[in-house]
Amino acid sequence: MPNKTFFWFFLPTGLAMILFIGLPIISTGIQSFYAQHDQVVKEVKKCDPFGCTVSIVVDNEETSKIREAKPLGKFNGFGTYTDRNHLAVEEIKKFWNETESFGAFVDQVTNLPFYKALIFTLTYCLFVTPNVLLLGFIIALSLNAVARKIRGPLIFGTILPMIVTPLVGSLVLFWMIDSQGIIGANIQNLMNDPYLSLKSSKTLTWITIIIYGIWHHSPFAFVVFYAALQTVPQEPIEAAIIDGASRIQRIKHIVLPHIYPVVTFVALISLMDNFRVFEPIIGFSAEGSAQSLSWLIYDNLVNEEVILFGSAAATSMMTIIGIAILLAPVLIRTWKEFKTAR
Amino acid sequence: MDYGLDTKSTRLKTFNTIFIITWLLIACFPFIWTFWGSFKVRADFFSRSDWWYAISAFNTLIETGGQFTTNAYTQAWTEGEFWKASKNTIIVTVFVVSISLFLGTLGAYALSRSTEKYAFWILMAALIFRAMPHITLVSGYLFPFFELQIWGILPTTIVVLVAINQPFTLWLLYSFFKTVPKELDESALIDGCSYFQAFRHIIMPVMWPGVITAGLFSLMLAYNDFTVTALLLNQENHTMVPKIQSYLGTNQHEGNLMWAVSAVVSATAPLFMLVMFFQRQVISGLTAGAVKG
Repeated sequence: MPNKTFFWFFLPTGLAMILFIGLPIISTGIQSFYAQHDQVVKEVKKCDPFGCTVSIVVDNEETSKIREAKPLGKFNGFGTYTDRNHLAVEEIKKFWNETESFGAFVDQVTNLPFYKALIFTLTYCLFVTPNVLLLGFIIALSLNAVARKIRGPLIFGTILPMIVTPLVGSLVLFWMIDSQGIIGANIQNLMNDPYLSLKSSKTLTWITIIIYGIWHHSPFAFVVFYAALQTVPQEPIEAAIIDGASRIQRIKHIVLPHIYPVVTFVALISLMDNFRVFEPIIGFSAEGSAQSLSWLIYDNLVNEEVILFGSAAATSMMTIIGIAILLAPVLIRTWKEFKTAR
Repeated sequence: MDYGLDTKSTRLKTFNTIFIITWLLIACFPFIWTFWGSFKVRADFFSRSDWWYAISAFNTLIETGGQFTTNAYTQAWTEGEFWKASKNTIIVTVFVVSISLFLGTLGAYALSRSTEKYAFWILMAALIFRAMPHITLVSGYLFPFFELQIWGILPTTIVVLVAINQPFTLWLLYSFFKTVPKELDESALIDGCSYFQAFRHIIMPVMWPGVITAGLFSLMLAYNDFTVTALLLNQENHTMVPKIQSYLGTNQHEGNLMWAVSAVVSATAPLFMLVMFFQRQVISGLTAGAVKG
């Protein structure tokens, strides 16, 4: 296709992506260097028969004037990145000098909002992704052994958790697991502990969200693996059976190597999706004990007094860097393949 | 898959059946339970004294005189203004699907027929864009949208959703266009068609399965979106998913929890129907990029 034709064909979609994906990333980058204005204060002298007192109040008129003149806020450089709510450079230095043991230091650092969110996000990715791959593969193998006639409805049932939006999916589970729901109430009876509930324990909340993640993402891995299993050649498997290979040996030495590229694809996609975990935290109302990077950004953006654009943007930029680190191996590999292909 | 020589032991078969039944229970029971519970009153579905009330309908009988009640639905749809939210969802979904298919087919066709290096790099860029968490993009939109005073209205959200959806649509349609032989449009070009005519009259008619798949995924994205719609729309224009969140209240004991339950069922049912009808397309879409490696 000639370059000119390509240009006109690609222009609409290219424009949409540049305007609404490319530019916002730049806009986020710029915003992250600004912080909201401080409130202008003024001294008010108040006199009554017993003498005069000077109090400091917020000058709303001046404040809104400055905000209107410079809506982006004041220039803050890397200030937002290093403040307590983000990388917390000062605090970490202080903790390093003041705490006695390394354990105590780690304890202090993991209580800072950004690191807390980062650790939750990484834990979530680390536990959900491998389990999704494993469960998806087992379901695919298992459904593949069922009679062809009844597979359709079974597949439909299997993919249900995936097609609902995460918010709805987590709500539906939450209503069952909650202390007033069917599972929660029964666990309370079983454990004989009427105060046992999801919200009472941080560990329980994390486990619940991770289980939700596996429940929600496994169907995707299943669908891809199931389709890949249909393309596994029959002859080597029959040869292996004649040679006396067990079922597990056959899966390990024939099926898995055949679908290996698909495994990396699924791992990559689910890693990308898990890194942005956000809706389940709202669905499970778990804000108290589990915060993710995306949730931090959301929290800044729905702030009631002033929307913290700068703070949200700084977290966003660091999230994007995180994504870049995750994607780097794939991009480097593709680049190498592309170079050798030429 | 029948392995011919492969004979399965009865023990393995039983184990397999048990596993599948367990998994299907885990996958489907939450939805069945929510559907069942949406016809009860709150004191039953979220019972503080006995979870069995949700089945025996103890309080539903006292409050409404029947085993089942549709109160939650009628209230959510009228008082809760869920009708407005579903109207907004329909508008957003229809526009997002049609615009993203229009842009996506044009772009993906060009990518699939280009032999230049930049086509490869565009696809890579699209992959990176696909990986961006939506909330980071939203934090980039909010400020400019406030300044331009286009925040809160449906058209803005539609355009944003279309753009967010483009990378995936491009990849999906690209892999479908690749399966259409090049000779088809080349012969049309020799016969004197322009590229656009070849695209319109020769390629599109054989592309319907791919277009339907891509359309379904755009639909699911627009229909299910929470991040963008919750932050870029004002209260008045909220679509279904942010509306459900607004019923939750700040904690469990405020808000109208039963409204949320009935709204969840109302929002999920059409989606399930759709997937039931188009199951084959959904699965072919998910595997289109993957199986070819």
